[in-house]
Amino acid sequence: MKKFDKERVLLAVAGPVIALAVAFALSAIVLLASGKNPVEPFALMFEQAGFSDIQVLIINQASMYYIAALAVAIGFRMNLFNIGVDGQYQLAAMMAAIVGAHANLPAALQIPLLLLTAVLTGAFWSGIAGVLKVTRGVSEVVATIMLNAIATSVIGYLWLPTVFGVKVGNNNTTGEMHESGWIPGIDMGAAGEIYGLVILAVLLGIGYWIVLNRTRFGFDLRASGASESAAAASGVSPKRMVLTAMLLSGAIAGLAGLPILMGDTHTYSLNFPTGIGFLGIGIALLGRNSPVGIAFAALLWAWLDKASPELDFHGYDKEIAVIMQGLIVLSVVVSYEAVREWGLRRQQRRVGAELAAGHILGADNNTTKEVAGR
Amino acid sequence: MTAVELAGITKRFPGVVANHDIHLTVRKGTVHALVGENGAGKSTLMKILYGMQKPDEGTIAVDGEQVSFSSPADAIVRGIGMVHQHFMLADNLTVLENVVLGSEKLYGIGAKARRKIKELSDRYGLGVRPDVLVEELGVAARQRVEILKVLYRGATTLILDEPTAVLVPQEVDALFDNLRELKAEGLSVIFISHKLGEVLSVADEITVIRRGTTVGTAVPAETTPRQLAELMVGSELPTPETAGSTVTDRPVLTVDKLRLSAPGGKALLDDITFTIHAGEVLGIAGVEGNGQTELVDALIGLKHADSGVIRLADEEITSWATRKRREQGIGYIPEDRHRHGLLLEAPLWENRILGHVTEQPNAKGVWLDPKAAQEDTRRIVQAYDVRTPGIDVTAASLSGGNQQKLIVGREMSHKPRFLIAAHPTRGVDVGAQAAIWDHIREARREGLAVLLISADLDELIGLSDTLRVIYDGKLVADADPATITPEELGTAMTGAAEGHLEHDETPETSADVSKSAESPEDEAR
Repeated sequence: MKKFDKERVLLAVAGPVIALAVAFALSAIVLLASGKNPVEPFALMFEQAGFSDIQVLIINQASMYYIAALAVAIGFRMNLFNIGVDGQYQLAAMMAAIVGAHANLPAALQIPLLLLTAVLTGAFWSGIAGVLKVTRGVSEVVATIMLNAIATSVIGYLWLPTVFGVKVGNNNTTGEMHESGWIPGIDMGAAGEIYGLVILAVLLGIGYWIVLNRTRFGFDLRASGASESAAAASGVSPKRMVLTAMLLSGAIAGLAGLPILMGDTHTYSLNFPTGIGFLGIGIALLGRNSPVGIAFAALLWAWLDKASPELDFHGYDKEIAVIMQGLIVLSVVVSYEAVREWGLRRQQRRVGAELAAGHILGADNNTTKEVAGR
Repeated sequence: MTAVELAGITKRFPGVVANHDIHLTVRKGTVHALVGENGAGKSTLMKILYGMQKPDEGTIAVDGEQVSFSSPADAIVRGIGMVHQHFMLADNLTVLENVVLGSEKLYGIGAKARRKIKELSDRYGLGVRPDVLVEELGVAARQRVEILKVLYRGATTLILDEPTAVLVPQEVDALFDNLRELKAEGLSVIFISHKLGEVLSVADEITVIRRGTTVGTAVPAETTPRQLAELMVGSELPTPETAGSTVTDRPVLTVDKLRLSAPGGKALLDDITFTIHAGEVLGIAGVEGNGQTELVDALIGLKHADSGVIRLADEEITSWATRKRREQGIGYIPEDRHRHGLLLEAPLWENRILGHVTEQPNAKGVWLDPKAAQEDTRRIVQAYDVRTPGIDVTAASLSGGNQQKLIVGREMSHKPRFLIAAHPTRGVDVGAQAAIWDHIREARREGLAVLLISADLDELIGLSDTLRVIYDGKLVADADPATITPEELGTAMTGAAEGHLEHDETPETSADVSKSAESPEDEAR
């Protein structure tokens, strides 16, 4: 039995390792083809990871990637493709910023209020796609893509000075949030500050694991993802499960922008980071929807983001990091499927071999069973 | 002249033998029917002939020449083409475009291709119009396009997989006329079906496949549907006799005037009324596709009936969701264990939780209890003799029989009051079969009510206390399992008999055809 546990670890690690190796190799080929040194850029980027200020940047960035990827992963676990995380977190961050600028409660109430605003906004936005899917059969992929576009328009509307917008120079903002809604960072001295909400990301990761692996709801959700027909026969209501998972995914997505909003910018402006939802899809894929895997993937992504600007100073294009992110996603998809099939076949063969060799669970009790038998 | 000859074909999948020592000879210019129950191995055999899978043993000869196919493209070069049950046509393309798609090299995509299509259509009386969009065609016309597609690629042997399943009777007649045209032109047709009447009316020869092997051949002119049915279901198994009746007068499941319609309004189940008492096994006999699946879905709650009442003991459960029904004591051994009974890529202990996630020992409140579930999985594995090296292996790595024993163990562990057993021993080896029968009998003694659906008539007659026959969504006949024979039951299954079936003491004389046909099967065992 122990052997099969080891096997599972091997299979879990083999996919990402192969994917990363392939992605690095392909990036090196791209560099070679453009007449550059294929190794030095990586050396430079690894060097960057050693600096404490870069490390703080990586952790801060990774916290947002992590939350967004968890939101995507919840959907993935039951074969739902929530592409709308991008629209959900932006709209949620904006609503939180607006509430934060207009309500002024004591911090103990203000912070929960802002978190709740973001959660509800995200869930509302993804819930639209969920309701459309269960009532009208609209594919959640199409609905969430459309909702991303609509979210952009809604944000543009809310930015109008006649609505909630405040012009600062050429920049659209939602005005500065009251200080009671700021979350203090963890001071790292000269290296900067780690966002306070990094802790929220960690807690969400733990919560995600517990809900999926240790609750009845999580089992139903995973069963729905593994086999819709078997889940339905086991008593899961497919429609309710789709809607719940969609709402949950959107609720988590709503939190993805908050670390930077409440820890740094304190307003929702044109400079607010975009595209985190889309990156979250790749990160969830690479992390195999596991909370630990996603954490590594988010850190990797953030490292590629934050270490690559240095390349510009050495005559390389920092876009090599973007190329690499793309290559990772491509190789991940291929290698995971290959490893999965290989693992399944391998296990079938090994189970056959073990049974042939007489390694049957409880085989030593067989004598007593025969005596007690019919 | 022989068009296609398969000899000694064997195909194994991990844990199962799908085909075993298959022999099939198709003569030129004939329609050769291949009949057998679902899961008997027809599809695997056709996939082998069509190059989608390679046999582990045995030979394929086309026109007397040994061949080896590694893809459908190889098969079509040799003149073997397949018309799938589910059409593979692009709706938004015209018939012409669909036909040339993928075979542009043959006659181009323009006037030459159109001429060829016209010529084929006229020669075989297919009536295909090349420039109509496929989305405008009805089902029968689409099927003719599929046939034309195969002919266009030069097929001389056509495989038709359950072609009549989607057609209404008049369309079936038209299709059979087309098939006669084809064979008159010297082509051969392999016709896969389990509808015996149709097979007898169109085929020149019939090969019967059962439990993965060919058990005999028949000539339609000398065979009755009853004999064919007997060949299909066989009677070679250890008899599942139940000793003594345990039937009580306490009703456990009462179904009253249940009706379920397809989206179009056609009744899939109509006026279904029956009662199962504690300690009673009610067997439902019927040719597949006559409403058994719908009946099971309605009882477990996957489909909700349009009208009628279902009662479990004293409670009306018609509106209950699946989960509540299972929590309240309905056990479920599904017909298709891979689709409805297991999470194939999950470990055994998670499969033990499936379907009972809210119940002890799997959960405490809203929390799962993996330790207890794992412990109980070990108990099931031992008590039900599931052959596995451990409980952490995936369900997919077990053989079909062991998967089924795990499901039976899981369902029995929750002490159901009412058990739905749909084909409980399908695809299961003989040893596991006997064990599963034992478990059902044991639970019946303790007062379990069982609805048994099976294609295996001996199993039905042997295990059941009461027998009903389902035909076209209605319960048309009932019989006493103590006196009825598989042949008599088979007649009722084709819709030929209704009401209470009495055992006829004078055996018919024509039973010897099936006797002689059964001998190759003895060899195979």
